[in-house]
Amino acid sequence: MGDLLVEMTGISKSFPGVHALDDCHFELRPGEVHALVGENGAGKSTLMNILAGIYHRDAGTIQVKGREVEIASPRAAQDLGISIIHQELNLMGHLTVAQNIFIGREPRGAAPFVLDEKALNKKAGELFETLHIKLDPRTRVSSLAVAQQQMVEIAKALSFNSDVLIMDEPTAALTDTEIDELFRIIRHVREGGAGVVHISHRLEELKQISDRVTVMRDGRYVDTVGTAEASIQSIISMMVGRTIFEASPELPEHPDPEVVLEVRNLNRGRVIRDVSFQLHRGEILGFSGLVGAGRTEVVRAVFGADPRDSGEILVHGKPIAIRTPADAVAHGIGYLSEDRKRYGLALIMDVEANVVLASMRRFVGRLGQIRFGRTKAAAEEHVKGLSIKTPGVSQRVRNLSGGNQQKVVIAKWLTADTEILIFDEPTRGIDVGAKSEIYRLLNDLAQQGKAIIMISSELPEILRMSHRILVMCEGRITGELSAAEATQEKIMTFATQREAVAAA
Amino acid sequence: MQKTTTPRPSRVQSLVKGDSLQRLLALGALMILLAFFSAISEPFRTTDNYISILVATAVNGVLAMGVTFVIITGGIDLSVGTTMTFCSVILGLVVTNAGLPLWLGIPAALAAGALVGAVNGTLIAKAKIPPFIATLGMLNVTRGLAQVLSGVKPIYFEGTPQFYDLFMGKSFFGIPNVVFVMFGAAILAQLVLTRTVLGRYTFALGSNEEATRLSGVNVDAWKIVVYSVCGLFAGLGGILIAARMTSAQPSVGMGYELDAIAAAVIGGTSLSGGEGSIVGTVIGAFIISTLTIGLSILGVPDQWKLVITGVVVIGAVWLDILRRRRRA
Repeated sequence: MGDLLVEMTGISKSFPGVHALDDCHFELRPGEVHALVGENGAGKSTLMNILAGIYHRDAGTIQVKGREVEIASPRAAQDLGISIIHQELNLMGHLTVAQNIFIGREPRGAAPFVLDEKALNKKAGELFETLHIKLDPRTRVSSLAVAQQQMVEIAKALSFNSDVLIMDEPTAALTDTEIDELFRIIRHVREGGAGVVHISHRLEELKQISDRVTVMRDGRYVDTVGTAEASIQSIISMMVGRTIFEASPELPEHPDPEVVLEVRNLNRGRVIRDVSFQLHRGEILGFSGLVGAGRTEVVRAVFGADPRDSGEILVHGKPIAIRTPADAVAHGIGYLSEDRKRYGLALIMDVEANVVLASMRRFVGRLGQIRFGRTKAAAEEHVKGLSIKTPGVSQRVRNLSGGNQQKVVIAKWLTADTEILIFDEPTRGIDVGAKSEIYRLLNDLAQQGKAIIMISSELPEILRMSHRILVMCEGRITGELSAAEATQEKIMTFATQREAVAAA
Repeated sequence: MQKTTTPRPSRVQSLVKGDSLQRLLALGALMILLAFFSAISEPFRTTDNYISILVATAVNGVLAMGVTFVIITGGIDLSVGTTMTFCSVILGLVVTNAGLPLWLGIPAALAAGALVGAVNGTLIAKAKIPPFIATLGMLNVTRGLAQVLSGVKPIYFEGTPQFYDLFMGKSFFGIPNVVFVMFGAAILAQLVLTRTVLGRYTFALGSNEEATRLSGVNVDAWKIVVYSVCGLFAGLGGILIAARMTSAQPSVGMGYELDAIAAAVIGGTSLSGGEGSIVGTVIGAFIISTLTIGLSILGVPDQWKLVITGVVVIGAVWLDILRRRRRA
């Protein structure tokens, strides 16, 4: 066993308000493909970003090839032979493949500021040959398919003679053939003695390509196992850990059987694939799945915020046409988006204005004049009812805390008298105290007869709040669980279940 | 838990509150300018001169009010100057050429302005053309149409002396009626902006258009309304300038849009949207007229007036950006 390429020990990292990593370990051997897995928020990307010099660690040590190092910047990481390929590709679409790969290192011609395009293309060509990639270096990157763009990124990373190649969800956008090609290149890289860190949710794939698997959970290191010996189930168990919280929600056992909302055969490209479900009155329907599974896309399509290719939406059994959010609101559907600052609130405006924004029609007189008495009353009623902490309804929403901002958004939809509410990550960025208030609110709303869809990436939250849970993976609904039968492991199993890989 | 409400601020209080700082600064600047010019120049101190400042502000003020709505939504309208001219030509066609009465001509001019605005709004909301480009294109369209319809010749209103009397007649305090029309329009605009659903959506669009859309508001339709309102004010401007010159001059108009936008910005309307007021805009318009007339009386050549006005505008925008950055 040669020296370790990379050894990270005791790594901790905090961001304002969030403890991202706590005493984590990771090691990489030369000639190894090492998979790194964990749920959303487990800390995998954060750990690798530290290795790649994008974040700076708060505590712990990093050793590269036996020497302890400080990786202060991406440039420093590059100099140490560490390259990272992110999920979101960092390419300049208007430039060619060769220009992208050698940006900043372009071969010069006769004069110092003149570029030698021929030498550039030749260098790129040689690089591709060693990797057996068939790509013309003169092609504009924007005209390439995603898979080919990824090849460009890999080639670029390797052109730095990296010993350590970190890949974050490389197969997310690839077809099976393209994945085979990618794996061939990874094996080639491995044979050259480099080490590859492969972050992925696709557990069956990892069986194909990786030598070892490290599991992280909640910012902590769990274990490292040999891929050959570990079963997918055991890996999933490590990812979710023992469930502390299997308590069923404090909600009525059988919500009203009346179907308030029904979605049939919803489709949008590869993002939403034949999604159908029903929502009952008084029910909290949890939508679980990994980031990118398509949950937000589904609800946005139902809400009319995004167009759809096909599919029917029925409210109280009647098919309705939803082309814009205005249509959805008119039929009593409200949507609390994931990013409340970007999509849910007009930050410069005050609480009162935001609370009535979705229902202005009710507060307007014949000439279009605003009935301020009424708007103020409505706003104050909700400030009191939802316990929104604000000096007054004239306070700019920007000045409120995250939890209270979220309550303002809820107040907006309550004022609009919606009976179907879609909550997308309702407690994201909210402290523990405010979280339980939001949970209580959701329960109250359900008991009042509202029909609620709740998207959440926090498994304990979904388990605690939902009557039923739908799990999505890559645009499809892969599983449905009742509150009684749901466990974190079952959810995770459905969430990582890609199509046509049911066996194994 | 303590009482969570505060009484709705009165109009005067609104003027003095937090982000009305720019408005106060503008008012202060206006006072200083008036004091300065009055102090160093005797011809400036005459009643006639002060009245001419009021009259000079009337047209620009009206244009600036309309443009304020558009800028608050985060857009811009470069066509207000030429639309103004286009509407004055329409007025001329209806009243002088077709011989129709004034009470038909004036609504026709206003409607023409609103129509141009609606076209702008549709291009921007439906065709998704950036406001700068769409209104720049319409600037040329209305300019061309004004010349086509007028045969590139001025249209005179001597046959309609009541037109001049209506607007330039001095009903009160020896001040021509245009000034009162402008203030009347300002009060109406301010009411609409602060007290109606149109005004509310104007601010909402500028503050966060996507959140407004996701709240179920038909943002496309309301954008078209806002640009139509701007066009309507441009139409009013066309009527006022036609009265002042007793003619519709197809060659005039280009350049007025910059003064209008400048007035809005100096008065505290932010080019990034979400903030602005008619009161501030009117103050801004007065600053521009005071500066222009004051410099003129001092004998400063026209070219230098342009330079100075331009510097003032850049300074106002820069102050706006600084203020925004400090707050963020």
